Amino acid sequence: MKAQVITITSGKGGVGKTTATANIGVALAALGKSVVCMDADIGLRNLDVVMGLENRIVYDLVDAIEKRCRLRQAMIRDKRYNTLFLIPAAQTRDKNAISPSDMIRVCDEIRPEFDFILIDSPAGIERGFRNAIAPADMIIVVTNPEVSAVRDADRIIGLIEAEEKDPVRLIINRFNPSLVKRGDMLTSEDVLELLAVDLIGIVPEDESVLVSTNHGQPVVLNHNSLAGKAFENISQRLIGEEVPWMNLDGKSDFFGRLSRLIRSGRS
Amino acid sequence: MSTIFERLLLREKKSATTAKERLKLVLVHDRMDLTSSALDSLKDELIAVISKYVSIDTDAVEINVNQEGREQTLIAIIPLQASRKRGVR
Repeated sequence: MKAQVITITSGKGGVGKTTATANIGVALAALGKSVVCMDADIGLRNLDVVMGLENRIVYDLVDAIEKRCRLRQAMIRDKRYNTLFLIPAAQTRDKNAISPSDMIRVCDEIRPEFDFILIDSPAGIERGFRNAIAPADMIIVVTNPEVSAVRDADRIIGLIEAEEKDPVRLIINRFNPSLVKRGDMLTSEDVLELLAVDLIGIVPEDESVLVSTNHGQPVVLNHNSLAGKAFENISQRLIGEEVPWMNLDGKSDFFGRLSRLIRSGRS
Repeated sequence: MSTIFERLLLREKKSATTAKERLKLVLVHDRMDLTSSALDSLKDELIAVISKYVSIDTDAVEINVNQEGREQTLIAIIPLQASRKRGVR
């Protein structure tokens, strides 16, 4: 087994990188894959709270890199899936505590034992971002259909291409079908035309993301959530399955919800 | 009359359309790492250099950035003075 390393990045902060990392990680584990989610946002640790594992942290990524513990000791096993692990970021250090070669070394050490290593990148274009993309086999850029997020996504895609770190895949997060219908939000076609990269998923804006995150339960665990379903679809695409694009034209929302309700009632 | 018509069109324009148009322009400059004023001086210098060798219609010079996926090409249209005269006749 040789893990595929996927870095999730965005340029702009607050577009949903950490949420995407946690949810794709959980969804891949639910598909039977062994996964490590690594928080590379040194000093601004967050993947732990989003995954609901904040109480279990003893050692972190920087402890492992600086050899205060073995890498295995910094890996926290998920409560729900025993093939899912988190390597938390250090909270009291900064991004200069680690280097791109440290990240490559850490990933190489665990690659043989896992299917996927997901790296949650910090926002920005400096050291932290360089650390996060160094070991990547694939980079997922998360954006929102909104001017500043798209502009920053374009900048980051340019930097990734300059480093010859292709392929880049795009997640359009917080997509609001009713705003699109009104003509007040960029369509997914608009965003794809502007950025000229391949799409891996569109995640609709969904209140249940906030609610799940409040509980430390990634939204993919909620089978009635549209956003959860979108993250599940992304994970299936990552393992090479063909999944039809979710219908997000704002019309069939009600029926989609209804059919999911019926389905979940049956099971 | 045309201004009223234009105003109506302007009011009709959805904010997403405006966002897309603005982003298109911004991304062209971001990717080139060139501000619009720098692009203007590029144009002026280009005109100066070419004018040393051939006479050109300086007012008709156009510099555009062509997009093909994420590839960008700078395209300069430089009408020559003589050929333009020939065209008129």
